[in-house]
Amino acid sequence: MKTSKVFGRLLFSVALVGFVAGGGPSAFAGGTVEVLHWWTSGGEAKAVGELKKTFEAQGGTWIDSPIAGGGGDAAMTALRARVIAGNAPSAVQLKGPGIQEWAKLGVIESIDDVATKEKWDAVLPPVVAAVMKYQGKYVAAPVNIHRVNWMWANPAVLAKVGAKAPTTWAEFNETADKLKAAGITPLAHGGQPWQDATIFEVVVLGVGGADFYKKALVDMDQAALSGPTMVASFDQLRKLRGYVDKGFPGRDWNLSTAMVMNGQAGFQIMGDWAKGEFLAAGKKPGVDFLCVPPPGSGFLMNADSFTFFKDPKPGRAEGQKVLASEIMSPAFQRTFNLAKGSIPARIDVKLDDFDDCAKRSAADLAAATKAGSLLPSLAHEMAVPRTVRGEVLDVVTNFFNSDMSSKDAAAALAAAVKRAQ
Amino acid sequence: MLARVVEKWLPRIVVMPLFAVSLFFVYGFIAWTTWISFTRSVVMPDYGFDGLAQYERLWSTPRWYVALGNLAVFSILFIGLCIVVGILLAILLDQRIRIEGAIRTVYLYPMALSFIVTGTAWKWILNPGLGLEHLAHQWGWTDFHFGWLVDPQMAIYTVVIAGVWQSSGYVMALFLAGLRSVDDEVLRAAAIDGAGPIRTYTSIVLPMIRPVFFSAIIVLAHLAIKSYDLVVALTGGGPGYATDVPATFMYSFAFQRSELGTAAASAVMMLVTILAIIVPYLYSELREAGR
Repeated sequence: MKTSKVFGRLLFSVALVGFVAGGGPSAFAGGTVEVLHWWTSGGEAKAVGELKKTFEAQGGTWIDSPIAGGGGDAAMTALRARVIAGNAPSAVQLKGPGIQEWAKLGVIESIDDVATKEKWDAVLPPVVAAVMKYQGKYVAAPVNIHRVNWMWANPAVLAKVGAKAPTTWAEFNETADKLKAAGITPLAHGGQPWQDATIFEVVVLGVGGADFYKKALVDMDQAALSGPTMVASFDQLRKLRGYVDKGFPGRDWNLSTAMVMNGQAGFQIMGDWAKGEFLAAGKKPGVDFLCVPPPGSGFLMNADSFTFFKDPKPGRAEGQKVLASEIMSPAFQRTFNLAKGSIPARIDVKLDDFDDCAKRSAADLAAATKAGSLLPSLAHEMAVPRTVRGEVLDVVTNFFNSDMSSKDAAAALAAAVKRAQ
Repeated sequence: MLARVVEKWLPRIVVMPLFAVSLFFVYGFIAWTTWISFTRSVVMPDYGFDGLAQYERLWSTPRWYVALGNLAVFSILFIGLCIVVGILLAILLDQRIRIEGAIRTVYLYPMALSFIVTGTAWKWILNPGLGLEHLAHQWGWTDFHFGWLVDPQMAIYTVVIAGVWQSSGYVMALFLAGLRSVDDEVLRAAAIDGAGPIRTYTSIVLPMIRPVFFSAIIVLAHLAIKSYDLVVALTGGGPGYATDVPATFMYSFAFQRSELGTAAASAVMMLVTILAIIVPYLYSELREAGR
């Protein structure tokens, strides 16, 4: 009895899904999209809600497929299963070289006609545009640009030891030593592989410069990976290891941010999502906390994007085009990034409502684009495929948590990258 | 006539669907995983044969050796300590004490928790900034240091502590049942012959309940080899990847790194390890049954 009831309900829901998926009400002008994403909490959920709202305002039908967990790992597993089953969602929150990996399998839909019509090439930084394209055609639309190399500082704490925000690593080390002597944790850090990799890539950019970063962490050049500049980078990373407190392993990044906020720690090196924590606590940029670029020049970017998958169900192709156009509209880029704390991927969006850190980020982005020092982040899956990234993370995190020498680490890094390629 | 046919075929027909399902979902997927381990699969399965490349890759990855070393340390200590603690508790409980039922329940309760809960609770207890160390400092014992959880060399032992806490009560229950099955006559005879309590247990009772050891070891061994949730909840494989075990290694390669082939190879290595333990055991069991 009970079973038959459950079965009946199941049948009903299957029928319902079939009705929706079959495009019963797809007579709407905006078409239908099913969007797979893992933005399920806080500012992220709010940001994706904005996208849904704008899309539905165009008369489209939005089927939400949020899959939380594991920083997108769960969503990727679901995506894999759905692609194998021949039932791919219309748009997926997928970024970086991951786009190319899926495109090679022939399951990605081009939206190049929308991009050409709206002249995306003219409004996107070329490095960002290159990530969104497969064989010269746009297959994804970027929603934002996060800056990874930010240093968050507590000015009250710095004032205690009479220091200013450092501009070189030598100055940073000096200030950190002073903080340590004063009984303050110099660097708030969470020992998770991606966070270790975040400070590692910031150090590589700071020590080696933009060209070296590109050669080593984007092109994965063997000589650069094992060379003396890399050894020097590891030396500085070893220094930073001495500046973290004892309870760092496994700590989440927002707890490190709280340490800076409460004056327990002087600095945190983290992307601009850390800003959201400060702002949520009612802190003012420039007064209660500082956002300064870490030593070295350049801009490490992490751009989220929606990638379009081949979805033959009725109304979907139309929905994809509307969605792509919506994502790139200046109005959406503005509202979305105000909610998420990043800056628009479009460089022509007015930033009047944004805070000073975001304005600084946008100015540095423009400068870095010109100087050729706009670089994809390795830690955030923008620079290399996940296979290579994973091996790099293993070496970096192992170095950070052991007493491995810098020379051995550089050699291990080169060997690990070779293994993954 | 019909009744006999039904009697003969009904059990088979009833079992058939289950048999077919497990054939497909267990052995079918084992075969599929094994096949994937011989291919170049990365993001998605790719069915082209690629020889032993994934195994070469696996055995040249330092992290795999860390995972294997941790598995060895964890399994040996976990199984050993669980059995020692379990036997001790069982023997103590077997002394016809008062409120035995309540105490037994207390010891058995950790088993009712999932490894995730156990891991999370111990993560807080062992965290130097929150748990034991912090408590000792607050009580004025400021020299007290217990940072195993954040020490890459020692972190795997915290996994052992949490695992033993969780499972030794279960082992105790197994042994208690075993002890209760020993005939009182035997114990009385031993007492008349002048054997002390220690001698009675080591020479008479424990050898008599040898089969319980086998069951306990088999249950604990498979818990140890497939241990995943405890490590994930307690240390997340860290610091770094210092507490990685093969199961977390496999998960991270398959689902975080899009390395299906290498992950499948590591899964096959785990299967082979389990087979190496289970097959001799089954063989000896079946031989005894056949005799």
